[in-house]
Amino acid sequence: MNNGISRSALCMLVLALVFLLGPFVVIFVAGFSADETLAFPPKSYGLRWVVYLFTVEAFQRSFVTSLLVGAGSTVAALAFGVPVAYALSRFDFAGKDAIKSVLTLPLIVPGIIVGLALLDLMVLAYALPVTWGLLIGHTTLLVPYTVRVVSASLANLRSDIDDAAVTLGATRLQAFFKVVLPNIRGGVAAAAVLAFITSFNQVPVSLFLTGPGVSTLPIEMMAYMETSYDPSIAALSTLLVLFTIVLVAFTEKLLGISKYV
Amino acid sequence: MSYLSLEKLNIAYGRAAAVHDLDLVVGRGELVSLLGPSGCGKTTTMRAIAGLLKTTSGRIVLDGDDITTRPAHQRRLGLVFQSYALFPHLSAFENVAFGLRLQKVAAAELQQRVDAALASVGLSGFAERLPARLSGGQQQRVALARAIVLKPRLLLLDEPLSNLDAKLRVEMRAELRRIQRELGITMLYVTHDQDEALSLSDRIVILRDGRIEQDATPEQLYHHPATAFVASFMGYDNLFDNLAWRPGQVAVRAAGEPGEAGTVKARSYLGERVEYLVDTARGAVKGVGAGHFNEGDRVSVLLDPALAARIGVSR
Repeated sequence: MNNGISRSALCMLVLALVFLLGPFVVIFVAGFSADETLAFPPKSYGLRWVVYLFTVEAFQRSFVTSLLVGAGSTVAALAFGVPVAYALSRFDFAGKDAIKSVLTLPLIVPGIIVGLALLDLMVLAYALPVTWGLLIGHTTLLVPYTVRVVSASLANLRSDIDDAAVTLGATRLQAFFKVVLPNIRGGVAAAAVLAFITSFNQVPVSLFLTGPGVSTLPIEMMAYMETSYDPSIAALSTLLVLFTIVLVAFTEKLLGISKYV
Repeated sequence: MSYLSLEKLNIAYGRAAAVHDLDLVVGRGELVSLLGPSGCGKTTTMRAIAGLLKTTSGRIVLDGDDITTRPAHQRRLGLVFQSYALFPHLSAFENVAFGLRLQKVAAAELQQRVDAALASVGLSGFAERLPARLSGGQQQRVALARAIVLKPRLLLLDEPLSNLDAKLRVEMRAELRRIQRELGITMLYVTHDQDEALSLSDRIVILRDGRIEQDATPEQLYHHPATAFVASFMGYDNLFDNLAWRPGQVAVRAAGEPGEAGTVKARSYLGERVEYLVDTARGAVKGVGAGHFNEGDRVSVLLDPALAARIGVSR
């Protein structure tokens, strides 16, 4: 009986792992294909398409754009999200609940709608450069993540340490930088990694905000797939997965971020 | 002679307990306790003095200096929190040095003052420890050192001992008293524990619903409670009209002895004595047994008016 339960639980676990990891395995294997077209399993193997990636100028340009937009919108979302999370956790004020709800909206509203709204409201209305549109759009999207993750780490911090700092002669601002921030470093780093990855992988919002000559990597990949069906996209996906894993592993090792996400 | 005075202080602020027309005077070098049940306004009052809460009206004057609207970081007061509120990322040394570094005290003087403060609370060997690696009692000592190293004009203590175990709490009382004497520092001490207030204070102010019930020395408070509330808070469990008796002042004896007849309702063994709850014609009476009785036994309780405290008289 007990044995039966543990056996079926084990089966479920294996199934879950297959579902979660299966696509990665397929992409990973297909990425090292040397065939003309994308197929699984490949007939021949080699680094042909990985090498090819570095000759496609559109990929290089959009990769740089993605990095810049990711870094810029992450910094902006932190600059906005950390103070907001601090204010929400420490002070009572009118409309606090309303602000909390508004901050979760970008998580609930479909990205297509956010993208369309931003296109209409900002990019077209104010004739903003494409990069600015992307930066602002991504920042909007990332703020809920930074607020939430930083709030979680603030919740673990005793609220009276900033009061203590103030009675010892620190201004509220000094108390924040000298006492609060050093103790939520891990949470801030976790928020940054999560925000950067979210921006880097973002499609629906970017779809509306990319324009002539400026595109992010996922959008460029979609465009490429519409015209060509070679294994280069699988090769690129493999590199991106490795890039993400390295990024997360590095910050985890440095700051132990996993307890905040 | 007033050093700290609160004049008609009113506080109505969000979730904090309100305070109404509070007048309070503390002399230089005095240790005054604010005593009362939770929600009586004692912590609110203290946070207002520290500048962490806004007052609605009234004045706070410290050493002739009106600090009512002064920002908290400019008040030069010490505050010791119930939760210690040590900075988790800083060593004991750096916790104590925090305020001195803000004042940009020179390195040599800083080292000497922090060492002296840690020594005065008996933690010389623990300077490099992080708070997480100190016991509760040690953390509270660091919090105390962190406050006194700045030579505050007034030291506020918010239930500083209530997170410690019973034995340590009694030790720390004596320690606090010693430090207070040595430094001649004026202290305002918030607690809900009457034993703590009685054993530490020069004067005790009992608060109830944001108002002062009685402001007196421990002896006066203990023997001459001004109100029924103070009497019951001070352990006078038997209150009839204007007379109040502690259980120890009521003898429970065999039926037929002088006193009022009653029936034992409950018995509680307290080590050196046994307390009985007795049903009598005038209500439930709590007394100490002069003999052994069981629940349901008929007994006699003696409420001697000569032993009773007269509420509101001769305070």
